[in-house]
Amino acid sequence: MASICFYFQVHQPLRLRHYTVFDKNDQYFDDYKNGSICRKVANKCYLPANRLLLDTIRRFKGRFKIAYSITGVLLEQLQRYSPEVISTFDALAETGCVEFLAETYYHSLSFLYSQDEFVEQVNKHSKTIESLFGQKPKVFRNTELIYNNDLARLIESMGSFEAIITEGADHILGYRSPNFVYRPKDCSKLKLLLKNYSLSDDIAFRFSNRDWSQWPLTADKFAQWVNSVNGNGNVVNLFMDYETFGEHQWKDTGIFDFMRHLPEQILKHPDNDFKTPSEIAQSFQPVGTVDVPHLISWADTERDLSAWLGNAMQSNAIHELYRLEKEIKKANDEKIIADWRKLQTSDHFYYMCTKYFADGDVHKYFNPYDSPYDSYINFMNVLGNLQSRCSRQTIASA
Amino acid sequence: MKVFMLGWEFPPFISGGLGTACYGLTKAMDQLDIKVTFCLPRMVNSKYATHVKLLNPNSQTSAASFKFNKLKNVTFRTINSPLQPYSTPDAYQQRIEETLRQKQKMHGGSVSLTDNVFSGADYSGDMYAEVHRYAALAAELAANEQFDIVHAHDWMTYPAGIVVAEMSRKPLIVHVHSTEFDRSGENVNQMIYDIERQGMERADKVITVSYFARNIIISRYGISGEKVEVVHNSVERNGNWALTESGIDKDEKIVLFLGRITMQKGPEYFLGAAKKVLEVMDNVKFVMAGSGDLMHRAVEMAAELGIGSKVLFTGFLRGEDVQKIYKMADLYVMPSVSEPFGIAPLEALDNDVPVIISKQSGVSEVLMHALKVDFWDVNEIANKIIAVLKYPPLQETLANYGNFEVRKLRWKDSAQKCVKIYEEALVAV
Repeated sequence: MASICFYFQVHQPLRLRHYTVFDKNDQYFDDYKNGSICRKVANKCYLPANRLLLDTIRRFKGRFKIAYSITGVLLEQLQRYSPEVISTFDALAETGCVEFLAETYYHSLSFLYSQDEFVEQVNKHSKTIESLFGQKPKVFRNTELIYNNDLARLIESMGSFEAIITEGADHILGYRSPNFVYRPKDCSKLKLLLKNYSLSDDIAFRFSNRDWSQWPLTADKFAQWVNSVNGNGNVVNLFMDYETFGEHQWKDTGIFDFMRHLPEQILKHPDNDFKTPSEIAQSFQPVGTVDVPHLISWADTERDLSAWLGNAMQSNAIHELYRLEKEIKKANDEKIIADWRKLQTSDHFYYMCTKYFADGDVHKYFNPYDSPYDSYINFMNVLGNLQSRCSRQTIASA
Repeated sequence: MKVFMLGWEFPPFISGGLGTACYGLTKAMDQLDIKVTFCLPRMVNSKYATHVKLLNPNSQTSAASFKFNKLKNVTFRTINSPLQPYSTPDAYQQRIEETLRQKQKMHGGSVSLTDNVFSGADYSGDMYAEVHRYAALAAELAANEQFDIVHAHDWMTYPAGIVVAEMSRKPLIVHVHSTEFDRSGENVNQMIYDIERQGMERADKVITVSYFARNIIISRYGISGEKVEVVHNSVERNGNWALTESGIDKDEKIVLFLGRITMQKGPEYFLGAAKKVLEVMDNVKFVMAGSGDLMHRAVEMAAELGIGSKVLFTGFLRGEDVQKIYKMADLYVMPSVSEPFGIAPLEALDNDVPVIISKQSGVSEVLMHALKVDFWDVNEIANKIIAVLKYPPLQETLANYGNFEVRKLRWKDSAQKCVKIYEEALVAV
């Protein structure tokens, strides 16, 4: 029996506008750019993919299921620039075949720097999802699938989650397979779902790569790979960015047609079915404990944090940001707190990554800056202004 | 393979990047076992003339030959000529007059026309004629040399290159390190432009130092893109400078401009940015190292902007003084208006000094770990200067990665590309 579990990450950051040290106002974000990117991605990906998946769900009458994790920063942008996307997500929610996962509202790295802030953001996100789509998230995924034992313990202690999701990285699994449900170390109830990165990346990254020996990838071929899991696994967790459909893989690569035909091919095998993450957690018992003392993520080949914290600028920027936490919360100004939180979105630090800068690659995608240095300078100028606003506010209210 | 190379300057007789580039390139060719005869004009009154040993200073052909110990495959031939790079015809006239005056002082009277070392008759009265006189002497020299290819560096040597190539029936490569448009903006000297274009048209291959320069060659000189090849410059790594600490106890940040103070290098944008930086920060000094025809204007401008006490002018620096100034600097800024390449930022990074470079430069094609600005965007230059001075992690990351990046640029690769272009030119003939 192989249960296929699709989960799509849906996120767009709020990009900063060009902000120099001479700028004095508190308009940090590039509304024009954010609006146009949001509408562009809505038209190329969110709307056609939602329509396709909604049709597919209806066609299979409850046998095809998927899950989403939509960030708060994207939901705010959709409400503002592309509200029709929200209604199509709502239509998906109403089918009963779609699950919405929990994450940090601001797609932040707050777990690494402030537990209080992290819990606040998770709760804010869950509340937003419940009010928009009428379901309370039961499965948690952290930003960029960043994970360790401490995170699992914290999530279990929050009481509202049945499972947590992370990357099925080789160095944590060893000989073990990601195609089972596990238990995080030191947890008694929480279940751990691991991404099958090989099969996920076949769709997300390799689908249109003509140098790949398996190109072109057809639904039929992919279903056979899934079938081969039967007998040595219970689940196949296919986790990927939603922008895979229409953005990372353009429409003319055939990605939508692939997705249209995949459920039928998978369901041809009588032992296969589709489940959402919480159904997976409810259906299978853990086969073992996974110990992850060090932080992992789903990024790059390293599967570590180096894409966000790998150089001195990134580490400096994020430390300076969280160093302000107390002061910001003391100032108790809603707009200041919201701006501070929007600066926590992990993308701001990703833009500062120097790792593959010279080669140019996936890090360039959607990157609004010419170089990591420009992005650091811009971020620090904004942070400098935020800090002075905060100090003024504290003095004024004292 | 044997190359007959025509240049204007070579260390230690340098006033800019051209000499540095010729040195780096020929040194690398030497290591590739390419035989090079390097022909260069030399003023007898140069105060640095003692640095090289002249084997045959009284030669009737006005040519002298010498070798650098380190370069076994390179022979130098010098021609007595007052040709100087980066010259204008006016400046040339002044130099001629100055040389004649010194000559008069030395001999305590009028210049003798029969003076066999420095015959006034050898010197033509204007630059145009001098370029052609250099061509004639180079041709004379070439007549006794065996070589496969002629390689001429920048416009003053193009007529010589053309003559030598015609005589020897060997392919001509012209190497464009800068064009009249870079040096003079829109106020081009028609004579120089004509010489440049003639050289490029006649050449079998044109080598230039960046895609930025290649665009100018194609769009402004009408040269077919097919024969214009890009060979980026590199940097000669130092590290053998046994430098003691500068001894300057600095509590101030130092922002460095190093280059000729001419329109091409954008000194006014440096000063404009300095003014803006000083509105926000106080403990900064701006050092302008170099000389040039806008030097006085730059001093005046600093005073007019009210930042006279914050801007220091050092004059032209060379050798160890350059290393010293790099040791002191926190940041190097190159706001060039039009820079075909620009080796200095590579030297700055080699000395662990981070750089801000103009997007209107060739070097920005090879450097990723540099801050890039439009030369006219004074606000953004100031924004970036402040950021580097204010945030140590930025300065550190730029310097570390930049230094690493510079290590990957090697003259050997540039020389190999040139050799490949030679081979193509030889096949075509």
